[in-house]
Amino acid sequence: MEKIEKKKQSSTTVLQSEKLIVQFGGLKAINEFSFQLSDRELHFIIGPNGAGKTTFLDVLCGKTKPTSGNVLFKESIELGKLYEYQIVRKGVGRKFQAPSIFPSLSVMSNLEIAMKQQKGFWHILRAKLSEGDKEHIHEMLTLIGLKEESNRTAGTLAHGQKQWLEIAMVLMQDPELVLLDEPIAGMTEEEEEKTGELLRTIAKDRAVIVVEHDMDFVRKFADKVTVMHEGTWLCDGSMEEVQQNERVLEVYLGRR
Amino acid sequence: MSYLYSKKTLVILGFVILLIMPFVLAPFNLNLLGRFLAYAILALGIGVLWGYAGILSLGHGIFFGFGAYAMAMYLTLQSGGMPDFMGWNGITELPWFWAIFSNPIVAIVLAIAVPMLFAGILGFFTFRNRITGVYFTILTQALVIVVTTLIISQQQYTGGTNGITGFDTIFGYSLNSVTTQQMIYWTTVIFLGLVFLICYKLVNSRFGKVLIAIRDGENRTRFLGYNTSIYQVIVYSFSAGVAGLAGMLFVLQVGIITPSMMGIVPSIEMVLWVAIGGRGTLIGPVIGALLTNGASTWFSQTYPDAWLFFIGLVFVLVVVFMPKGIMGIISTIQARRRAKKYGKDRKEEAKLYNSSSI
Repeated sequence: MEKIEKKKQSSTTVLQSEKLIVQFGGLKAINEFSFQLSDRELHFIIGPNGAGKTTFLDVLCGKTKPTSGNVLFKESIELGKLYEYQIVRKGVGRKFQAPSIFPSLSVMSNLEIAMKQQKGFWHILRAKLSEGDKEHIHEMLTLIGLKEESNRTAGTLAHGQKQWLEIAMVLMQDPELVLLDEPIAGMTEEEEEKTGELLRTIAKDRAVIVVEHDMDFVRKFADKVTVMHEGTWLCDGSMEEVQQNERVLEVYLGRR
Repeated sequence: MSYLYSKKTLVILGFVILLIMPFVLAPFNLNLLGRFLAYAILALGIGVLWGYAGILSLGHGIFFGFGAYAMAMYLTLQSGGMPDFMGWNGITELPWFWAIFSNPIVAIVLAIAVPMLFAGILGFFTFRNRITGVYFTILTQALVIVVTTLIISQQQYTGGTNGITGFDTIFGYSLNSVTTQQMIYWTTVIFLGLVFLICYKLVNSRFGKVLIAIRDGENRTRFLGYNTSIYQVIVYSFSAGVAGLAGMLFVLQVGIITPSMMGIVPSIEMVLWVAIGGRGTLIGPVIGALLTNGASTWFSQTYPDAWLFFIGLVFVLVVVFMPKGIMGIISTIQARRRAKKYGKDRKEEAKLYNSSSI
């Protein structure tokens, strides 16, 4: 308790997991994982394949339910007990690994649907795009550099553009916590750079968790890095600190 | 945009042509067209459900059937009291679930409300438990077997395999008179227009976009904060209500409804009309229902032995070579024309504009 109190003074804790366990049959994908995230932090999670990174994101957004332990969002909301759509409405947005946009809708409509709004049936049925909404969508399009493409069918965008569009869709909900699963997979170097800058901009107003494999990218943009291994916490700190950690080297390079 | 506008003009033109048909066609052919239009209404409901929300139901026959039975029960009661088959089975008193259909308003409301409610409850339990895709489709198919078997087995109440027929008046007018049939035809056309308009508003609203979003990425939609199951329940229920309406209009023009008109084969055929016309459009299902039924009538008259094979072949060819149906071919041709006009790359053009919703 004391530890939490101290943290509060420096910056607010957005997310906290204590001894989280997720079990699939006999396999513990996540084993007593404890994790803490402050507001406005660009936090990377790295680790070898099967370390439980994506599973952790799945728990945060409600796709997977924890076997035991829980995750507290903004200190009081227990994410493990909510449905996916409820978690989104509480302010957690998730971008998936493969770009999942709506290919047959226009770029504009993709964002229109994603907008922060009442998402019940009656409201959606009568909803009209107001001038304010349009302005907001155009701001977002400018941010991701797709302003010229607003009327294009989203399925015809390039791979990198689709990734940005999905990030924008997540941002349209104005979440307090953004989860991104390998956002730069399959991108060119130039696109990677743009994405990194985009992440920095996003993290100015909110907490961001990124799962990533590309170490150069992590080095360049991470505020803080957490290393996972076999479902557990291995270490955290800045990229430099993490890189010098004995156990990390052991896990990644197989050194003994 | 001028191309969308021209599509709208074509729809209005088609509607006007349908309205003047009673002055052009002989009563027999008008009656045929009226039936097909009732089918077209049903196809619109399936078109929204399957084409926009991506939910394939192979069980719409029962909703159609319920609407038809409700109307047939009302017609029987008001033209001659108790139906004959009850007497043959030794039932002397009208059961309560028949008696309520003696009021036309109750019958009409129930014909639409019961399919909606039934679909709503079924949809609630399936979609909430994330039973979608092919599993849902199989479930709807099983439902058809259950319902038709039930109707056949309860012969004393339902008329069994013979169904309900033998009614000849509505509101005191003879059902067989040319004027009454014309009135019923016009009613059908007007309802077709109304349902088309409602569907058009629906799919072009934000609600329609959410339906497409659920079709193309249910998970993504859920993670945008939508309770997708509720949307699926609502659209399924809506389309069941439309089927009930179509069933009512159908029975008024055919004068009989039997379990075989709502069974497995008709339920699958209904989906094929939409497939042939073109899914993801609203004109498609209407054209599909009219053309398929028109062709099937013509073939069954001209080549009574071969027509089933021929229709089967057409279905296979359409599914294999025209995955987007007739409307898909039309929009490809239009894209080609545009490409010629503007000299742009044809494929790119087709891709960019294929999302217009009408």
